[in-house]
Amino acid sequence: MKRSGLLALFFLGSIGVLVCAPFVGAGSMPLSAVFHPDPDNAASMIFWEIRLPRACLAWVAGAGLAAAGMVFQAMFRNPLATPFTLGVSSGASLGAALAVRLGLGSAFMGFSGVTVGAMVGALLAIGVVYGLTSLKRDCSTGTMLLAGVAVNFFFSSLILLVQYTADYYDAFRILRWLMGGLQMVGFDAPLRILPFVAGGATLLAVLVGELNLLTTGEELAASRGVAVGRVKTVFFFAVSVMVGVIVSICGPVGFVGLMCPHICRLLVGADHRRLLPATLLFGGAFLVGCDTVARSLFAPTELPVGIFTSFLGGPFFLWLLLRPPKGGSLSA
Amino acid sequence: MTEPAIEVEGLSLSIRGSALLREVSFRVDRCDTWSVLGPNGAGKSTLLRCLMRIHAGWTGQVRLFGRPLGEYSQRELARRVAYVPQPGGDQRFPYTVREFVRMGRYAYSGLFGAAHPEDGKAIDAAMDQANVAMFADRTLDTLSGGERQKVFIAAALAQGGDLLLLDEPTAFLDYKHQAEVSRILQSINQQSGTTIVTVTHDVNVAILSGGHALALRDATVAWKGPAAGLMSEDLLSRIFDATFRFIDDPGTGLRLVAPQGAQE
Repeated sequence: MKRSGLLALFFLGSIGVLVCAPFVGAGSMPLSAVFHPDPDNAASMIFWEIRLPRACLAWVAGAGLAAAGMVFQAMFRNPLATPFTLGVSSGASLGAALAVRLGLGSAFMGFSGVTVGAMVGALLAIGVVYGLTSLKRDCSTGTMLLAGVAVNFFFSSLILLVQYTADYYDAFRILRWLMGGLQMVGFDAPLRILPFVAGGATLLAVLVGELNLLTTGEELAASRGVAVGRVKTVFFFAVSVMVGVIVSICGPVGFVGLMCPHICRLLVGADHRRLLPATLLFGGAFLVGCDTVARSLFAPTELPVGIFTSFLGGPFFLWLLLRPPKGGSLSA
Repeated sequence: MTEPAIEVEGLSLSIRGSALLREVSFRVDRCDTWSVLGPNGAGKSTLLRCLMRIHAGWTGQVRLFGRPLGEYSQRELARRVAYVPQPGGDQRFPYTVREFVRMGRYAYSGLFGAAHPEDGKAIDAAMDQANVAMFADRTLDTLSGGERQKVFIAAALAQGGDLLLLDEPTAFLDYKHQAEVSRILQSINQQSGTTIVTVTHDVNVAILSGGHALALRDATVAWKGPAAGLMSEDLLSRIFDATFRFIDDPGTGLRLVAPQGAQE
């Protein structure tokens, strides 16, 4: 199929998933309840106040996480680079856990203490990884990934420490949040992360040429005219802020940034002019789909979506690692 | 228009205390072809990377087309100078040939990666010149090493510069592709007047190209001049630490070398 037609299909499919997801769940959802919002009608309230905001939150978060994974994969030229492998999400988690532990509930410039903590944590993590590699004067993939793994372990142990010292209530809140979940009421949460994801996506759209060239290697990118150092710094900070905000609201929902860019690359090719929109659309629909399955699988019990994505992501990671290196996609 | 393509004066570079280049000086006139020769680790590739501003922290003076290297922005540099890295570097992202060649036009692109009006013409011309138009829609990972090298040359040509730097362009290629790459480079030089600097460890490549040679050894210049002047046993064994036999080629009338062994 022509690849531009494929993008239109992505768009329709993604919107379709977003619109259909709120209809899935316990009890029937009559269309009259949807088209006549009525605070006294339970079905109408479930649709407009619970399920639709939740689907929107999943869509925006999924799009942002998938795009973040795509950027990290391009920068490190490695299919296993994601916000998680580089320690960004564990940094964000530590920041958020600390905020919960210290009771920093109060708002700061309209953001909760948890959000600010997660943003600071994400920036700190990428700052440490970046600092370690520039200290070694070696920005190679290997060094970066190893630094990411080290930061990951270190921050994970700190999260455990924070949890250990917390009382039962806070410890459970942290644990529950670490599983990743999208149980929010109302449009507050999706509207809070939307500007960051939209801003991040716009920035990436401006820099598609740079993204493409970084995947061919930093030397070649420099020889084609990319100011590599500056561009990498912009990407690091933009993506870290975006991931930090998403993680602060939804918890560290894993593997979205690993799986979505890969599947899209298989479908639309490697050129980021098509890959970026495809990844945003697919990532959004993917997380909406996962969340819908996670909340209906053992209904009325809802699984946290992070458990479900990790359940899919683990085997996917192994498949990437073990599959034969041939065949039009990235090999590990 | 009379400034030389490259003027290098006292170029030195050391990284973590080891000297990669020491007081290298040479000058390349426009439209010339130069071969940079020398044993492994002599600093040949490092020299190209300095010219491409991939390495920083060197000292000395480097001027390209009369303008100090430091005054170019990376984009301006890319519009004058193109670089083809050593073959065999991994390209793991499945770009098609056309997409890859198109990336050579980055230095001309606008906001949101918008295309320059000349892009289409430049991309087609580059693919024709490097003889890769027939696999424009195949992905890089399905090409052979020789085909891929031609694609890299096409992408460099799409940059539209007038100085082309190549690092071992025929290493790892079979005879057919070696010949083809050499022919492509020759036609680029003759038709477009592009200045070409090629890193190689093969003396015969330098001789057959008929241009000039810069021989490096232990991070510094051992010899420079017209390539035919290399054909002295003393000189070659001093540069390469090996002994050579000379063979007169009746076809070209040139004297070529065959390696004989390591020097005692």
